[in-house]
Amino acid sequence: MHTVRKNLTTLSFLAPALIGIAVFFLYPLGSAVYFSFTKFDLLSVPQWVGLDNYRQMADDPFLLQAVRNTLWMVVVFVPARIIGALGLSMLLAQLRRGAGFFRTVFYLPSLIPPVAATIAFVYLLKPGTGPVDHFLEKIGISGPLWFNSPTWAKPALVLLGLWAVGDLLVIFLAAVLGVPESLYEAASLDGANAWHRFRSITLPSIRPVILFAAVTGVIYTLQYFDQAAVAGSIASGQATVGAGISQSFGYPEGSTFTYPLWLYTVGFRYNALGYANALAIVLFVVALAVTVILMRRARAFSGEEA
Amino acid sequence: MNKRIPYALFALTLLTTAACTPAPKETKIANPGASVSGTVELWHFFAEREAAAIDTVVKDFEASHPNIKVTVKSGQDDSKVTQAIGAGNGPDIGLSYSTDIVGKFCSSGAWVDLNPYLSRDKVDLNQLNATTRQYTEFGGKRCAMPFLADAYGMFYNKDMFAKAGIAGPPKTLDELTEDAKKLTVRNPDGSLKTVGFLPLYDFYENAAAHLAPATGAKWLTADGKSAIGADPNWKTLLNWQKSLVDWYGYDKLTKFKAGLGDEFSTDNAFQKGQVAINIDAEYRLAFLKDQSPALKYGVAPLPTADSAGYGGGYVTGNIMGISKNAKNPEAAWELIKYLTTDDAAVTKLAGLLKNVPTTTKAIADPTLSSDPDFKTFIDIFNNPNSMTTPPSASGPAYQETFGQFLTNYQAGKVKDLDSGLRTADQQINSVMQLGG
Repeated sequence: MHTVRKNLTTLSFLAPALIGIAVFFLYPLGSAVYFSFTKFDLLSVPQWVGLDNYRQMADDPFLLQAVRNTLWMVVVFVPARIIGALGLSMLLAQLRRGAGFFRTVFYLPSLIPPVAATIAFVYLLKPGTGPVDHFLEKIGISGPLWFNSPTWAKPALVLLGLWAVGDLLVIFLAAVLGVPESLYEAASLDGANAWHRFRSITLPSIRPVILFAAVTGVIYTLQYFDQAAVAGSIASGQATVGAGISQSFGYPEGSTFTYPLWLYTVGFRYNALGYANALAIVLFVVALAVTVILMRRARAFSGEEA
Repeated sequence: MNKRIPYALFALTLLTTAACTPAPKETKIANPGASVSGTVELWHFFAEREAAAIDTVVKDFEASHPNIKVTVKSGQDDSKVTQAIGAGNGPDIGLSYSTDIVGKFCSSGAWVDLNPYLSRDKVDLNQLNATTRQYTEFGGKRCAMPFLADAYGMFYNKDMFAKAGIAGPPKTLDELTEDAKKLTVRNPDGSLKTVGFLPLYDFYENAAAHLAPATGAKWLTADGKSAIGADPNWKTLLNWQKSLVDWYGYDKLTKFKAGLGDEFSTDNAFQKGQVAINIDAEYRLAFLKDQSPALKYGVAPLPTADSAGYGGGYVTGNIMGISKNAKNPEAAWELIKYLTTDDAAVTKLAGLLKNVPTTTKAIADPTLSSDPDFKTFIDIFNNPNSMTTPPSASGPAYQETFGQFLTNYQAGKVKDLDSGLRTADQQINSVMQLGG
């Protein structure tokens, strides 16, 4: 009896969280799984089509392009932001004067809403009239077309991500500052140079933060939508609202066409909600798998049991 | 924990989900002459000045229909309307900016078939422009009515034409090429300073849909499949465009285009004199009057491959329909009938919103045709050579899929046009199948 009462007490404390998880996570997830097996347009009764939506992915002409672009972002964007945040945090940790000022300066861009930041970046990098182009011209460099070039559009998005690296920066800075000074002193006495200290002390000490940044970074990049959509729309010169927006998805030449943009297009432009749900489930499974693999590798690397 | 619990929870989720999805509903209409009253809710996408114009005409309606009160909600786009209907709370009336939704809204029954209302009230559909009738019905169902229209034609810079010694606007695609070359000015390094006509498909209003009337190219077959590969008119259009792109140099055009301002800003390339000839619709007239009053420009129909096909352009427009879960469908129909078939209301709306009216009498109204530039667009709208994009259950999937092919083609990534078009057909059919 005592155990039952204890369990009920525990459950009552857990109840708000459990209800939240059930309503806002499990139910939508279950619904998405159900709809992924249907032909559904939000307006008519869904028709059960079994695995058809998943089979159709093999014939989808744009899926491969979307996957390729998203993979590129995962492989380049995520490490670039981690390295950028780590490098900056180590520099900021060295500062003795004006540290607060520089920390604020580097953190501020991450507070700017992504849509506004992307619009500003497209104008800054605009060929011909943008200030960056003017500056490059003055030092004798003919700048690339940035968001108007299929080769440079994704690197330009990476630059945007690096500029707004402040969210990661604060976490890395806290981790770097948290490494005990005594370890560095002991290593110096043993003759370790800067590289050795970084590799043997800093890196192992902040490994959990790197793992966190990698996992959340991969999940974030797999869902990369706002900046790609806005950059394509503004750079195409056809910035508009409503019906027009998906016309410029992927501009230029499909180079910024990411997986979530395709998911949105098939779901909300072409009314194929069943197929869009199947795409969402695949994305969820991939994100989950990547997370599990990263966690296991990180544990194995640090000598913990998997 | 009991292992069956997760399965039971999942089954419950599925049941709940299935139970929450919409079910079809049959609409019954009132007898002829029955009195109509109550409140009706209208959702539209307009904002600011244009929303005020809607309010003005809605007030006129309320004055002439004292038993009906209209609640207007502005700034509502298609996705909000779709979600509201799907959730069972659709507005009585939806007013959309895009004809792309007609196929899905008609086939799914999201908007009710208006034929019973039209027959009951003996509304003569012949008073509506023929092209607008095409894009407001699908699969034998008329679920929408046209609410003003846009007609696309050509704008040209008269000063630049005079400087290049060109007497008048080009009427054929060959003349357009010739004039575009004469009007183009290059910098000493070979880059483009001003461009006669910027032929890239992803520039402003150069979408394939707007250029297709130049050759009469068809999008879909009678059974709703892609007709692009089989229609030689597409090849004519694509070859013409590619040869002009190659004359400029794709890279040079891309670089020039990258430096141009946004289409809907005061930096519009035509308004700034960076481009001499542009494809655009009648709404540009209001922008020019407001933002570039000093610019000397002319307007004309779209140049065509064959001079016999000259006079038309692309036509599209706004549409209205009654949600299947409308609370007051009879009052909704009264308002739609007023806004789309009452000549005085349509004329007033066209004047306020600076769009093309859709009824025969409103089109002929002398107050609208007194401006010769606007008259040109009314003529384009009335011309039998004008074309629209056919409604499809998968919305704009066929246009956007082909758009991707075209951007690759103009960049020189498609080596063999015939096989490329066949592949485009397959891709379009494949994408249309996802939502169709």
